[in-house]
Amino acid sequence: MNAFLILEDGTVYKGKSIGSTREVISEIVFNTSMTGYLEVLTDPSYAGQAVVMTYPLIGNYGICHQDKESLKPWPDGYIVKELSRIPSNFRSEDTIQHFLEEHDIPGICGIDTRALTKRLREIGTMNGMITTNENYDINEIIPKLKAYSPTGVVKKVTCSEKSVLQGDGFNVALLDFGAKNNIAKSLNDRGCNVTIYPAETPAEDIISSNPDGIMLSNGPGDPKECTYIIEQIKKLYDTDIPIFAICLGHQLMALATGADTKKMKYGHRGGNHPVKDLDSGRVYISSQNHGYMVDGDTVNPEVAKVAFINVNDKTVEGLRYKNKDIFTVQFHPEACPGPQDSNLLFNEFIQMMEGKKNA
Amino acid sequence: MPKNQSIKKVLVIGSGPIVIGQAAEFDYAGTQACRSLKEEGIEVVLLNSNPATIMTDGDIADKVYIEPLTLKALEKIIIEEKPDSILPTLGGQAGLNLAMEIAETGFLEEHGVKLIGTTRETIKKAEDRLEFKETMEKIGEPCAPSLVVENVEDGIAFSNKIGYPVVLRPAYTLGGSGGGIAKNQAELVEILENGLRLSRVGQVLVERCIAGWKEIEYEVMRDGAGNCITVCNMENIDPVGVHTGDSIVVAPSQTLGDKEYQMLRTSALNIINELNITGGCNVQYALHPESFEYCVIEVNPRVSRSSALASKATGYPIAKVAAKIALGYTLDEIKNAITQKTYASFEPTLDYCVVKMPRLPFDKFIMASRKLTTQMKATGEVMSICDNFEGALMKAIRSLEQHVESLLDYDFTSLDDEELEDMLHKVDDRRIWVIAEALRRGFSYEMIHEITKIDLWFIDKLAILVEMENALKNEEITPELLAEAKRIEFPDTVISKLSGKSVDEIKQMRKDNGIVAAYKMVDTCAAEFEAATPYYYSVYKGENEAVETKPEKKVLVLGSGPIRIGQGIEFDYCSVHSTWAFKEEGYETVIINNNPETVSTDFDIADKLYFEPLTPEDVENIVNIEKPDGAVVQFGGQTAIKLTEALMKMGVPILGTKAEDVDAAEDRELFDEILEKCQIPRPTGGTVFTCEEAQKVANSLGYPVLVRPSYVLGGQGMQIATCDEEVAEFMEIINRIAQDHPILVDKYLQGTEVEVDAICDGENILIPGVMEHIERAGVHSGDSISVYPAQTLSQEIIDTIEEYTRRLAMALHVKGMINIQFIVCDGRVYVIEVNPRSSRTVPYISKVTGIPIVKLATKAIIGKKITEMGYEPGLQKNADYIAIKMPVFSFEKIRGADISLGPEMKSTGECLGISKDFHEALYKAFLGAGVVLPKHKKLIVTVKDADKEEVTPLIKRFEALGYEIYATRSTADHLRKNGVDAIKVNKIHQEAPTVMDLLLEHKIDIVIDTPTQGRDKSRDGFLIRRTSIETGVNCFTSLDTVDALLTSLESDAKNHLSLVDIAKIAKR
Repeated sequence: MNAFLILEDGTVYKGKSIGSTREVISEIVFNTSMTGYLEVLTDPSYAGQAVVMTYPLIGNYGICHQDKESLKPWPDGYIVKELSRIPSNFRSEDTIQHFLEEHDIPGICGIDTRALTKRLREIGTMNGMITTNENYDINEIIPKLKAYSPTGVVKKVTCSEKSVLQGDGFNVALLDFGAKNNIAKSLNDRGCNVTIYPAETPAEDIISSNPDGIMLSNGPGDPKECTYIIEQIKKLYDTDIPIFAICLGHQLMALATGADTKKMKYGHRGGNHPVKDLDSGRVYISSQNHGYMVDGDTVNPEVAKVAFINVNDKTVEGLRYKNKDIFTVQFHPEACPGPQDSNLLFNEFIQMMEGKKNA
Repeated sequence: MPKNQSIKKVLVIGSGPIVIGQAAEFDYAGTQACRSLKEEGIEVVLLNSNPATIMTDGDIADKVYIEPLTLKALEKIIIEEKPDSILPTLGGQAGLNLAMEIAETGFLEEHGVKLIGTTRETIKKAEDRLEFKETMEKIGEPCAPSLVVENVEDGIAFSNKIGYPVVLRPAYTLGGSGGGIAKNQAELVEILENGLRLSRVGQVLVERCIAGWKEIEYEVMRDGAGNCITVCNMENIDPVGVHTGDSIVVAPSQTLGDKEYQMLRTSALNIINELNITGGCNVQYALHPESFEYCVIEVNPRVSRSSALASKATGYPIAKVAAKIALGYTLDEIKNAITQKTYASFEPTLDYCVVKMPRLPFDKFIMASRKLTTQMKATGEVMSICDNFEGALMKAIRSLEQHVESLLDYDFTSLDDEELEDMLHKVDDRRIWVIAEALRRGFSYEMIHEITKIDLWFIDKLAILVEMENALKNEEITPELLAEAKRIEFPDTVISKLSGKSVDEIKQMRKDNGIVAAYKMVDTCAAEFEAATPYYYSVYKGENEAVETKPEKKVLVLGSGPIRIGQGIEFDYCSVHSTWAFKEEGYETVIINNNPETVSTDFDIADKLYFEPLTPEDVENIVNIEKPDGAVVQFGGQTAIKLTEALMKMGVPILGTKAEDVDAAEDRELFDEILEKCQIPRPTGGTVFTCEEAQKVANSLGYPVLVRPSYVLGGQGMQIATCDEEVAEFMEIINRIAQDHPILVDKYLQGTEVEVDAICDGENILIPGVMEHIERAGVHSGDSISVYPAQTLSQEIIDTIEEYTRRLAMALHVKGMINIQFIVCDGRVYVIEVNPRSSRTVPYISKVTGIPIVKLATKAIIGKKITEMGYEPGLQKNADYIAIKMPVFSFEKIRGADISLGPEMKSTGECLGISKDFHEALYKAFLGAGVVLPKHKKLIVTVKDADKEEVTPLIKRFEALGYEIYATRSTADHLRKNGVDAIKVNKIHQEAPTVMDLLLEHKIDIVIDTPTQGRDKSRDGFLIRRTSIETGVNCFTSLDTVDALLTSLESDAKNHLSLVDIAKIAKR
């Protein structure tokens, strides 16, 4: 069956339908990872977005459920050049086609994803529609696309009740704004007893549980929308509990402490961005997925200093807070997909908790 | 970290002659690195014995020494030039070994020279099998269970412990030289003995066989601050067991999930960190196909063939960045040259699929075993880029120029199913064609996978291609079907054959339905950032990104495709220099080529680079977009020449000599007319199609005769026949491939062969020099030792040669280059071959004469006159030096190849000996080719009856040098009769001790074995020659070569070594 991707600037790409045939409107973003399509699909940060894979051959190694970063796929739509006819990997349990159908995710394949990516790069992130309706009326669709704005996505992706990942080390409270599984797993692998809380858990509940450290997770959407959460984070900041934050968590901590965030032209999504640790001068290749960023000019040097920058565009990639056991990063040390170079940051968090305990 | 200010003068070591396992990729890497160093204001001194390279040009480095890669030469250069540093990691294994050798002597400390890029300790840790294993164990990186052995007994004991099969890898060798898989003790002993001898340090690694596992490679970069990135990973379609150089390779990996990809990436980073490498490094893995278990196979602490491939596959210039890192820069300080926005610390990400295929020499060595093993056999490779795997594979297949354009071309239909299944077990260069046939027969994927261990994903892709063959054969050709066939890159010719429609019909149908090629950019970043570098590949069904430019003048330069015997790096040298000359004249330049190892496919050589197959259809697609004002075909070897007719049909003017004149040089009748008109003699002969005709012509001329197809390079299929049976045999071989043109049968004249390259501007000619071959006619010019200037010719003969060259250039209306081969026989000059194009000797003659031949020829092509360019027409006065080009062979790599020299070219590369003194030049040339004598002062001689007279005085000279002479019976008898104290040895099948026993004692310096005329059928001679090569003995099959060797040994050249700076000649 034919499918169409219609962008808000009127560009139309014709391809074949994959997954669900239902119509969807979403924000279209691209990811440049060459592997890890399942991790991308199940990353809750893609809620409210349809994702284009720039690597043209997708589905080669099938689906291995163990590799999912959450229980289900979150993107509104999936856009690829070519889906493999057969999956081939010793762990493969399913195909992308079936996985998308099962979760009712519409998609399109057979389009020139490079042309689409170039368009998104040149014009900036745009909204778009995936439809199988051959008789679509573009004049009717474009205003709808322009009006669309994804909202309330954190609420959509967070867990509904708290859960625990048993460990005999530090007690870590993980605030789930749409956390990828590997964050909790990375902590648990280091012995931590991880309690995962719904996004809008009051700060008092967290504090009263007396955690050794707090982990603020990644998540989807515009950070400024999360006003209640920001209020809670302010309270967490005021305690002396060590805090480590990733991606959305990093942005929320910045907002909670007076800095500002802004939307990027087309974001960073992929597994090849170099980030530089300004203390050591070392450069790490990082996994990234964000469309918003902390505006470096608005960071109060009294409160925090920029600890990591992106080597390419020099944007803020991490902050260390003054006189606090708090550090936050924009990129994903938990990887999955992407390079594992920066996973030693979890060790640093552990050391922070150790330091606190021994103090 | 800013640049290290203490580095001001750097010595770069090149990789020497092209041999299997070490090809053009190091010219690419070295050239890029030298330019990168010069960009930083560093004075660059270069040592490389290979004159066909671009890096040995006077304008690439400040000082250029084309000297043998020996300790002595290196020491002398260091003393003379006083560099502060040596960059050892760009000259392949040869360069690295030499750097290690000198580092171990303490000479460097003594002279205050440091190794930059990578330290001696690092090289040792990576290269020494034992240290490497210990290092890997220390950081918990698994290696296959293995033991370094220094004798056969230990090898047997260890293999019994870990169980057969075992893999054997000699330390410090090229392209896995001497390695292999042993399934039992007998095989173990054979391979191990050979390997121990080939290893520089007498060590061979015996390890658990992991054949059948996935073979994965990572290209990693690391700077002095410890920052690391991976440039690219690659997956070998052929599982472990086939050398990666002989495997079909895809980038990036296709069947690895993120878990596996990142697991190996992290491992590669750990390894490069632990080894403390600064620069580029290649890590090879074996990954168990059904678990996360993996083994580190090998680490190359230097740029390699794989890194050249990775550079071209991603657009990331590894050698350039490695050079900058050696100067102290960190990755985040080096700009990405493609985007100009990102930095070298940004990992490339691909939005396309790259396929590399090896170019194997079995068309040259038809007697050799086609079996692929851990010993590399490919002479070169092709790369292709597409947005799908099937398309990339199809493009790679037709780039090979091996008469294949699809999976239908090797025909296995005559095999029954059982035989086909047997074929699947044979690992050779035709394996994917065998799989395709199996798929056509309905063999299951699982069965094919079970036998070949090739991943199901790749088998499915081959099945998709087979399904398309069937659809095109059986279904109506709808626009949809055609579009799909083009998406997976079926060429129009194949679609035509399958569908029964003509190529023109297919083309029209494509045109009517808008099914046209579009071009995408290789930009390192999957379109995330804007890139300005016009490096393109084609896809169907997509938006075209190739920016149409309308400069005043635009020229299309056609490259020479994969490196193969007969068409090597020298044609890349010519293509690149021609491109530069056109640029100098204000042309916009567009290059099409498909060889990832070359300088011409570096994205900053031409204004635009199209990485595409060199077939008429692929070229036409580019022509439709670029609309060049003309194309130049005379610098890209036979590959480019073959495209002449097609280009003219497309309406692209051929710049330089016209196509009809090129034809006249190749077409026997037309050429005979021209010769007659010019009053130039040639050996008599005739043109034939059938065997009967050939025999008739041969008998009328009288044997021996030369039999050869027209329009070939490197004397392919050319043979000297001495009787009707041989004519029949050779005709059969030639006619295995359908011949569009007649076959030539000529009288064979045994005289001195002479060669000239000349430039003609339409009015005048310029001959840089006359070259004389040491070997008499009958040995291919590419396999002959060539001497410039000619040493034995009278002025009268030289004047005749100059005059004939002038007449021929004028008669053929040459504009640009012409290469003519003459035979001087009984005081008469005959023309034997005319090539109205650039030749293999052009780079070498350019360098020794200081005349920029390609540049002048290019300018002559666009209308400049020789006199205008500051040259006197005619033969130029001799240079101050004698320069000898010595062929270099790779026989030890090709099991079963006959090494005897004849009219068909067999050498893979060449080196240069240059000096003011003939003897010294000759000595240096032999040294550069690895002939280091004397050692044990023992030789074996076995010659055919006709050579017995001639060999006697030669053997006497060896005796005078103190050599002990062994000879087979009749040769010994003859020698003894003539006063030589020869020791008689038995032939192979006689009782011991035989020639073979003698050889295996490893005490023989030289074997002289002249095969019977024509193709040698005596297995004895063949075995002697093979054993000599495989035991590292210098084996000579031409008495002329032996004479030259004696001349060099008798002289006192070895007692002094003068250096010649080529860059100074260039500036004269």
